[in-house]
Amino acid sequence: MDWDQLGLKMGLEIHQQLDSKSKLFCPCSCNLTDKEVEYEILRNLRPTQSELGKIDRAAFEEARRKLQFKYQAYSHETCLVEADEEPPHPLNEEALELASIIASLLNMRIVDEFHTMRKQVIDGSNTGGFQRTGLVATDGFLETPHGTVKIENLCLEEDAARRIETNQDGVTFRLDRLGIPLVEITTDPSIHHPEQVKEVAYMIGQVLRSTRVKRGLGTIRQDLNISIKEGARVEIKGVQDLDLMPEMVEREVQRQIKLVEIKKELKDRHANIPDKIYDVNEIFAETTSKIIASAPCVMAIKLEGFNGLVGIELQPGRRLGTEFSSYAKKLGVSGIFHTDELPAYGITEEEVIRLREFTQASENDAVIIVAHEKDIAFAALEEVQRRARMALDGVVEETRKALPDGNSEYLRPLPTSSRMYLETDIPLFAIDRDYVEKIRSNLPELPQEKKERIIKEYGLSDDLAGQLVRRNKVEDFEEILSQIKVDKTVVASLLAYSLRELKREGHNMDALDLEVIKDVLVLLEEGKVSKDALSEIIGHVADHGVTPLEAAQSLSLTLLSEDDVAKIIEEIVTKNEDMIKERGMGAMGPLMGMAMKELKGKADGKLVNTLLRENIQKIV
Amino acid sequence: MNYQGSAKELLESTNISIGDTIKVIKKDISYEGMLLDRAEDADDKHLVLKMDSGYNIGIEISEASLELIKKGEKPKIELAALDIEKDMEKPDISIISTGGTVASIIDYKTGAVHPAFTADDLLRANPELLDQANIKGKAIFNILSENMKPEYWVKAAHSIADEINNGADGVVVAHGTDTMHYTAAALSFILESPVPVVLTGAQRSSDRPSSDAFLNLINSVAAAKSDMAEVMVCMHATNDDSACLLHQGTKVRKMHTSRRDTFRSINTQPLARIENGRMEILDAEKTYKKRGSFELKVNDNIEPNVAFIKSFPGIETDIIDYHLDKGVKGILLEGTGLGHCPDHMVPALERATDSNVPVVMTSQCMYGKINMNVYSTGRRLLNAGVIPGGDMLPETAFVKLIWALGQSDKLEEVKNIMLTNIAGEMEEKSSLDHFLL
Ligand SMILES: [Zn+2]
Repeated sequence: MDWDQLGLKMGLEIHQQLDSKSKLFCPCSCNLTDKEVEYEILRNLRPTQSELGKIDRAAFEEARRKLQFKYQAYSHETCLVEADEEPPHPLNEEALELASIIASLLNMRIVDEFHTMRKQVIDGSNTGGFQRTGLVATDGFLETPHGTVKIENLCLEEDAARRIETNQDGVTFRLDRLGIPLVEITTDPSIHHPEQVKEVAYMIGQVLRSTRVKRGLGTIRQDLNISIKEGARVEIKGVQDLDLMPEMVEREVQRQIKLVEIKKELKDRHANIPDKIYDVNEIFAETTSKIIASAPCVMAIKLEGFNGLVGIELQPGRRLGTEFSSYAKKLGVSGIFHTDELPAYGITEEEVIRLREFTQASENDAVIIVAHEKDIAFAALEEVQRRARMALDGVVEETRKALPDGNSEYLRPLPTSSRMYLETDIPLFAIDRDYVEKIRSNLPELPQEKKERIIKEYGLSDDLAGQLVRRNKVEDFEEILSQIKVDKTVVASLLAYSLRELKREGHNMDALDLEVIKDVLVLLEEGKVSKDALSEIIGHVADHGVTPLEAAQSLSLTLLSEDDVAKIIEEIVTKNEDMIKERGMGAMGPLMGMAMKELKGKADGKLVNTLLRENIQKIV
Repeated sequence: MNYQGSAKELLESTNISIGDTIKVIKKDISYEGMLLDRAEDADDKHLVLKMDSGYNIGIEISEASLELIKKGEKPKIELAALDIEKDMEKPDISIISTGGTVASIIDYKTGAVHPAFTADDLLRANPELLDQANIKGKAIFNILSENMKPEYWVKAAHSIADEINNGADGVVVAHGTDTMHYTAAALSFILESPVPVVLTGAQRSSDRPSSDAFLNLINSVAAAKSDMAEVMVCMHATNDDSACLLHQGTKVRKMHTSRRDTFRSINTQPLARIENGRMEILDAEKTYKKRGSFELKVNDNIEPNVAFIKSFPGIETDIIDYHLDKGVKGILLEGTGLGHCPDHMVPALERATDSNVPVVMTSQCMYGKINMNVYSTGRRLLNAGVIPGGDMLPETAFVKLIWALGQSDKLEEVKNIMLTNIAGEMEEKSSLDHFLL
């Protein structure tokens, strides 16, 4: 496809959780919990009216659904702030600092004064009915092989509550995630090639990983804005896999092209969507379709000029009818049937003919039916009519959800930007230029830079350096080496592999800090333990809370003095004098085995080897 | 406009005003957006701009120049009047607002939150109220509840009486929560009402989708329709948006700075629990005034010159002397435990009684009854003429003393009033049920 000719334009929006000690507006920790729920709180949200009498489109849609929510809370893991029972505490300055570092790495201009805003969100994911967010920086850029991309905005905001369950009674959220600081990074819509989107996402990811951000599933979310010249802006939420991004873009472009084609065809056919909704119960009174038979009521609408178009594939496996169905589903029905796919699902040809007769549909027209309780079916069909009217305009501006196969499905209308107002419970926060300067002159290395530097500086292997960077252990590594004279590779592999191994074996590694690791390495430096004993000692310290030296002693892993080792070797040699006389230097192998068995973990192998050789040579 | 100092000068010199779309140009950046007003208490070094994205930012102005892009229009908030027909089947409920915001309108363009007072505003925000009753609304003051004064209690009582005289079947009073329990107690003493008078408010402001205002309001209207002709407080029962409790106006207190269920009945059970407009009596043995059993009466004489003094370790007698010298007409003591204050206070309190200034003792424990016979200090205080406040809440006793002093200037009569249960403020029996509800 010729992307330039299509006028492909894309923007990225990346949300990343920060790894700060506490939440953005309360002292709770930023960790999720799977503990048994201790409190359950029931709440209702109401959209507040705006002066224009015009309610925000997205808010309005939510309002039509039942706005009752359950929140799971804890006595220690969450507090009154998340429960919307206490005003927010002042802004977490650690989070603002992290956001400022990220902004500076993205060449952005940090604002002079940070204002916390309330962004109305009434899907229940925020107990207050709004998300707190503020603009930290603007006007950055990123160089990519496909050209420069502008980084428009970086916002610091609170993460939403975690959706646990959706059932007939409504949605249940857990408050553990609510309030974790997030940065939201938005590029301008100048990304113009599917591969470039992936590149930009990757590069921003690299920048994020150079600071203290959360790692792992769900800690980063990517949303994609796409449009083509004849299409409209569509936001695809929750793109997980960077490698899937180009595919996702291609499929969305495909969808928009098809919708534009359908629009043209509809225009040619003078398509029209009458308001009438038909009660077609009598047609299906004897139906063999189980789905229809089990529903209390069947309703139908006619879409004039839509015949054959409802079944057109927009994305692999997703038709225009699927789009209609997504809108209808928001009102509680499980789906729709359209004449382009019928007869099927137990609906007979005869029923279809009678349906067409009943609704006076010509062969140019499509008929849509919904089987459900009457008022719900009615409302769902009104939604389908609304969506069908949008098809006359081609592509609809909307928010869609990324599906794992690269497709996407309708989620809700695009939010309008005018639903923010000042959070008056939080003081304005001036950011003075000295502070910004200080951050700029202390920026962290980007991961790739860091890896290349430690390979060069310490002679580490590519693999070991890569692991240290990925596991965020480079600072620890360098701190240790600046204080303790031990082998670089030993330290690197301890940090990169052994610690993780110990954790996997079930040792309580969270209880250990860097100082303990250093103490263990000091034992190595002083020749008190061998490098082979390090892991075992650390595991013991973690489990028993003793000092490394105590651990080494109780495991009998302290090295003997050279004199003591010499004595033991002399004894072995003396005991085996006959064998030595018989085999000469050939006795070295068996004797080494005996010596190491006795001295395992207590003497350096090289020393044992040397001493043994000397002693044997004396006899030979 | 709240801009001051250098910010004000800059705006005046460039003839730019709030609402204008402007460009602020600095050495390394320029911003475009709508100029917003700034909080009164903020510095004069920044301008506030609302960007297209909806975000506000503050821009430091020492080296900034301004360019006008477009003059703003004054946003005017004008909503068409509601034309609601009266439903003769439904009762007439009046909602009186004393300040704070029962409903809010947000101007998302500028981010300004406009308080709404009129009945129309209220109904636009809460149309469901009309299912319950014919609603009439009236704003009588616009003050924060911490700025409430005893004179306003009297005004409020008269406004409520006016509504009742004009045919209201019940009155809801929207009130800030800080001093709601003082007002509730005051109205309990001042008013004798044939219909329910229900005070309510919100712990989360009404501009938020999560505001507790709506549930409190709709349940208050339900309470105002009931046959309980008492002065009551109706607020959230728990953290949940599911039910409210109806508290006796003289036995209720704000017990938490921020929770929705902050109002608790003290030393008694709540009168009722209301869920989905249905009222459930919690204690069948608790009596209340039935609708229509009293003629409307306003006993509006008060004497606000009353000192409210809390005893504490190290308290000096000069605090009493100071108030007496200033001519205080009554002293409400919030003593420790069963109703004590240090021994050395006794002479000063004696001086008060001798100069015809009643001293009433309550307990800072909140829960439980005063008993000044158990320890010698208590007995000495009684001998000094201190009036025991029974199980009255200190705030209620304070309000009652203000009212009692308005009824009589004779110490004995005031004492009598203070010792008599007038509006459910005292209960003789302390039940095992009544702690930490
Ligand atoms: Zn918290």
